[in-house]
Amino acid sequence: MAKQSNEAFFWMLFSAGGVVAALLIPVHLLLFGLAIPQGWVQAPSYEHLMSLLRIPLVRIYLFVFCALPLFHWAHRFRFTLYDGLKVKHLNEIIFVFCYGGALLGTVVAAYLLWNIS
Amino acid sequence: MPTRNLESTKAAPNYTPFHPRWYRPHVSVYWWLGEWHYLKFILRELSSVFVGVVVIEALMLIQALRDGPEAYAHFLQGMQNPLVLVLNIISFFFVVFHTITWFNLAPSAMPVRLRGKRVPDVLVAAPSYVAWIVVSAFVSWLILQ
Amino acid sequence: MADKITLEIARYSPERDDKPHYESYEVPVYKEWVVLDALNHIKDTVDGSLTYRWSCRMGICGSCGMMVNGEPKLTCATFLSSYARDGKKIRLEPLRYFPVVRDLVTELNDFLSKLKKVKPWLIRKDEPPLSQGEFLQTPGQVDRYKQFSMCINCTLCYAACPVVGLEPIFVGPAALALAQRYNLDSRDQGAQERTAMLAHPDGIWGCTFVGECTRVCPKHVDPAGAIQQYKLAAVVSWLKSFVLPRGQDK
Repeated sequence: MAKQSNEAFFWMLFSAGGVVAALLIPVHLLLFGLAIPQGWVQAPSYEHLMSLLRIPLVRIYLFVFCALPLFHWAHRFRFTLYDGLKVKHLNEIIFVFCYGGALLGTVVAAYLLWNIS
Repeated sequence: MPTRNLESTKAAPNYTPFHPRWYRPHVSVYWWLGEWHYLKFILRELSSVFVGVVVIEALMLIQALRDGPEAYAHFLQGMQNPLVLVLNIISFFFVVFHTITWFNLAPSAMPVRLRGKRVPDVLVAAPSYVAWIVVSAFVSWLILQ
Repeated sequence: MADKITLEIARYSPERDDKPHYESYEVPVYKEWVVLDALNHIKDTVDGSLTYRWSCRMGICGSCGMMVNGEPKLTCATFLSSYARDGKKIRLEPLRYFPVVRDLVTELNDFLSKLKKVKPWLIRKDEPPLSQGEFLQTPGQVDRYKQFSMCINCTLCYAACPVVGLEPIFVGPAALALAQRYNLDSRDQGAQERTAMLAHPDGIWGCTFVGECTRVCPKHVDPAGAIQQYKLAAVVSWLKSFVLPRGQDK
């Protein structure tokens, strides 16, 4: 019997990333992109943020926060290119650009978060 | 209407005997501009780009924190740049749009049945919104305390 | 409300035309008239060559679908008065994303073969003896798939789905909802067989949850929901294929 394609794996990452992005992305953008730089709230001190970063659970949280939404972007953007620009014939390049980009971001996140002194 | 015999049929450019010519309209690459529902769909999909923008900003913040207090202050100053501010405002609308459309659509993928009857989607979506608010409040408290 | 309304109808004759052109007809507006009544009026009294499909005129056969002002609709369920009230014209075109045979008639063989492709029948691995009697289902078991069984094959969802237009081999909303209808039927044991065939880029993974199919469906089948549920089930089945490489049950 024929086997089903492995597209299920990428859709799974897309879904997980979608949930993480839906729950967490807005508040992080609101804080560090708008409220803190604009002075609506008191900026957290460097020491406070570093003390948070030193907690392993926080670093795991941040890794998931970066990695999964990137794969969410990768899958969604890949299909938006296929359908929105009708470039499905370039699917190898698009595949590598999207998932490769997400993988790159994930590796960068892992590197940055691995060791915090 | 001219009478049709085999000769005239063969001569007519659009009709092939026993193989009627169907008209096949071409789908333009601008199909998504033709209808508001299609445009809304594409905007929803493009919200993923702004999700990616926020992740990149988060990575930059983490890098800045690793580099020291001056780098952190420099990062916050960078966020005050007018172009960055405009990007962040636009991104905010798009990521909230992602959250709302995601929570509203997720129940159709996971129908909930209670006592044999299907629970309405709006009731299945409500706890996600509650979770969103609770988690956002907790994260804010952790960061700002 | 105006007593007359103009219908702008796409006409295409394969013997004469390269592409469709529009012809305008004026029809009287009656409170109870639907677009199908207007079409029958035109065919009976104005232009007998106008060609279109219809049958039951009550929204159950699925024959009379066409684009009404750019929206896929059943013409037997679309009232003239809602357009006459706003002083609008009515533009009629054949359902989008299908080849046009003539005037408002679309070619459906591709759609029919896609329906057949999903094996829309009860697949059994074992056949209980006749003496055991018929399969029994509780109301709860019927409720699991009933919504997806209400499809009348009107193909409005195919006219709404952009992926159908962009990817002709995409199996499409109605066919996938029909597959899921059988997957969820407690009497069926063929989910694995169907999923092996449909969990591919021209099956469920071609869908990007635009949601237009559900919006236009006259029977509230929610094909988009069916497909997303199928995707989730396919992920579970894909994961299982690593843990249990052989002989998973349904």
